[in-house]
Amino acid sequence: MTSSAVVVSDVSKSFRIYRDRQRSLKATVIKGGRARYDEFWALKDIDLEIHQGKTFGLLGNNGSGKSTLLKCMAQILRPNKGSITHVGRMAAMLEVGSGFHPELSGRDNVYLNGAILGMSKAEIDGKFDSILDFSGVGDFIDQPVKNYSSGMYVRLGFAVSIHVEPDVLLVDEVLAVGDMSFQEKCTEKFADLRRDGRTVVVVSHAIEQMRGFCDEAAWLRKGELMGVGPAQDIIDEYADQAHNTPGADATEEAHLKGHVGSGEVTIDRFELLSDGHEVDHVRTGDAVAIRMHFTCHKALEKPVFGFEIEHDSGFVVWGHTSTDGDWTFPTLTPGQGSVDVVIPSVPLRTGVFSINGGIAAVGRARGVEQVRRALTFSVRRGEPCETSGVAVMHSRFENLVQGQ
Amino acid sequence: MAWGRDSLLSLRDSLVKNSTLNLLVNLTLREIKGQYKKSVLGRAWSLLNPLANIAVYSLVFGILVRAEPPLGTNSGLKSFSLWIACGIIPWGFLATGTSVGRGALTDNVGLLTKVYFPRFVLPTSTILALASTFVTELAALTLFMGLAGGGPRVLLRLPVLIPIVILNTAFVLGVSLVLSIGMVYFGDIQHIWGIFLQLWLYASGIVLPLAYVQQAQDKYHFPFIMIFQLNPGYQFVEAYRNVLYDFAVPPLSRWLVMLAWAVVAMGIGALVFRKFSAQIVEEL
Repeated sequence: MTSSAVVVSDVSKSFRIYRDRQRSLKATVIKGGRARYDEFWALKDIDLEIHQGKTFGLLGNNGSGKSTLLKCMAQILRPNKGSITHVGRMAAMLEVGSGFHPELSGRDNVYLNGAILGMSKAEIDGKFDSILDFSGVGDFIDQPVKNYSSGMYVRLGFAVSIHVEPDVLLVDEVLAVGDMSFQEKCTEKFADLRRDGRTVVVVSHAIEQMRGFCDEAAWLRKGELMGVGPAQDIIDEYADQAHNTPGADATEEAHLKGHVGSGEVTIDRFELLSDGHEVDHVRTGDAVAIRMHFTCHKALEKPVFGFEIEHDSGFVVWGHTSTDGDWTFPTLTPGQGSVDVVIPSVPLRTGVFSINGGIAAVGRARGVEQVRRALTFSVRRGEPCETSGVAVMHSRFENLVQGQ
Repeated sequence: MAWGRDSLLSLRDSLVKNSTLNLLVNLTLREIKGQYKKSVLGRAWSLLNPLANIAVYSLVFGILVRAEPPLGTNSGLKSFSLWIACGIIPWGFLATGTSVGRGALTDNVGLLTKVYFPRFVLPTSTILALASTFVTELAALTLFMGLAGGGPRVLLRLPVLIPIVILNTAFVLGVSLVLSIGMVYFGDIQHIWGIFLQLWLYASGIVLPLAYVQQAQDKYHFPFIMIFQLNPGYQFVEAYRNVLYDFAVPPLSRWLVMLAWAVVAMGIGALVFRKFSAQIVEEL
């Protein structure tokens, strides 16, 4: 059993939302008494334990309280109730380059920022070359930081922050700084921290990035803790909830918004079928069928059906049109109908996807009907389980040659 | 095992203390360097501002109003401009210190909402930076007083300035701690304090010698003198005048009054700051 690095017990936090924007002594004296306010509970009875040496993700939508929780851990905010204890030195990386003074040189700012983050002078002296090297600021280090490009500013700030090397590091959405090569350096540095057995707590929206990054995770909704556990399970759970919570209304809306075409045939809805039952999620490797329900208003000769699966981030991972396989359908006659496309084994990794569909006719330039993002579903972990990306390739390792 | 844990804990404690001290030093240096980096004349600005004030007050009260300057007890000085200078420069520390210290929290929102560190470090570093500026001003003033007729005897009294500066800094810091917290809750303290400083300047006898206040008291039978005696501004400024204009050591009663004000201001400042500093971030 590993010991705890951070223990959050029964923590609640409320904020005051003032009705009058301006608060002044004058107004207070005249009105008598303090300004009126509403109480808003950002965190409700949170109990959480973060184990030493783990990288722990905090997930949640905007306003779920995840950043508030992080700030409570960092002692920036004080909980109304409950307590948070931690072991060893803690540093928070909520914003890089906080407290940089524009008139001072990069060198002075490294010392200043290091001091703000809790490093002693001797410590900074020892790490200075490494910080300078990591930031890639080079000869600009003796220039005032007001002359820096925004990229240099952020890189120098990040370099100082990451060299604090605390026992517990709190990180808020700052993984995406700098160019590709700088990001690689950051990823390496985080891997080092993990190897050294340091605990990292990270808050992010980028759930796919979190998947590769975290060992454990928790997710919050409206200030309540919805689940804690191994990162993969929690991220799946969160991803499901995140797209299901808005409910079927959103799907309907997308459907209506997405209609484009001449309109002899309209698409009513899609169904995702597994073993003949409608489902809202599938697992990698499942056999599934996508069923398109349509209504034919006017007979359509030589119809063509098309299906696409689009990743949450907006790129199309797969598309299939019935003409690709020389499939020909008989003329559609008025009335309701449906057509299936069968996928023998889902080759997608975990993630959120949606279905686009279209109907056209051979020899016509214009589509008859097209809908985007008509149905959203998630893919959960199944077989095979490969590491990253959107696709599974049934890959395997072989032919290790060594000692030559 | 128990020994290992204890020594680790004490090591950690000393590290924490060291890093807080290190932070205090760094932030103070940031303030000092930042203050003068922007201008070509650098530190000279900190002397030009009081010089302009001295010129104006000397003109208005010394020449137009024809106020009689007091006679310097040991120095034999009798110059309205020098007398004003010995008041204006210490007053500048009191006024600027509380005005800048007042914003120590509200001017650093970015830092407070993003990083945790002991919050008292912010007002403290601001005041320490201003105190260091004040010390250079005092040095220039001392030199000037010696050259302007007092002679080298002024140097003998210099060590007396050290405890006065320390008590004065403690007083300014105590007031700033309270004001900086107040600013978080009430933005208009900024304006109220500006008006208060105007009144305080005249109630501290900076620009008119006490003899004139005595005349007013005799005429209107109002205890002006007592108000002056109770006023910490008057006591601190008079202490500097005792040393720099009279070349004398301030009387024991004045030391006690200054000590009392410094202790009371720091005590209240620390209490208020301790009570509120953990919850200011959400109000910013």
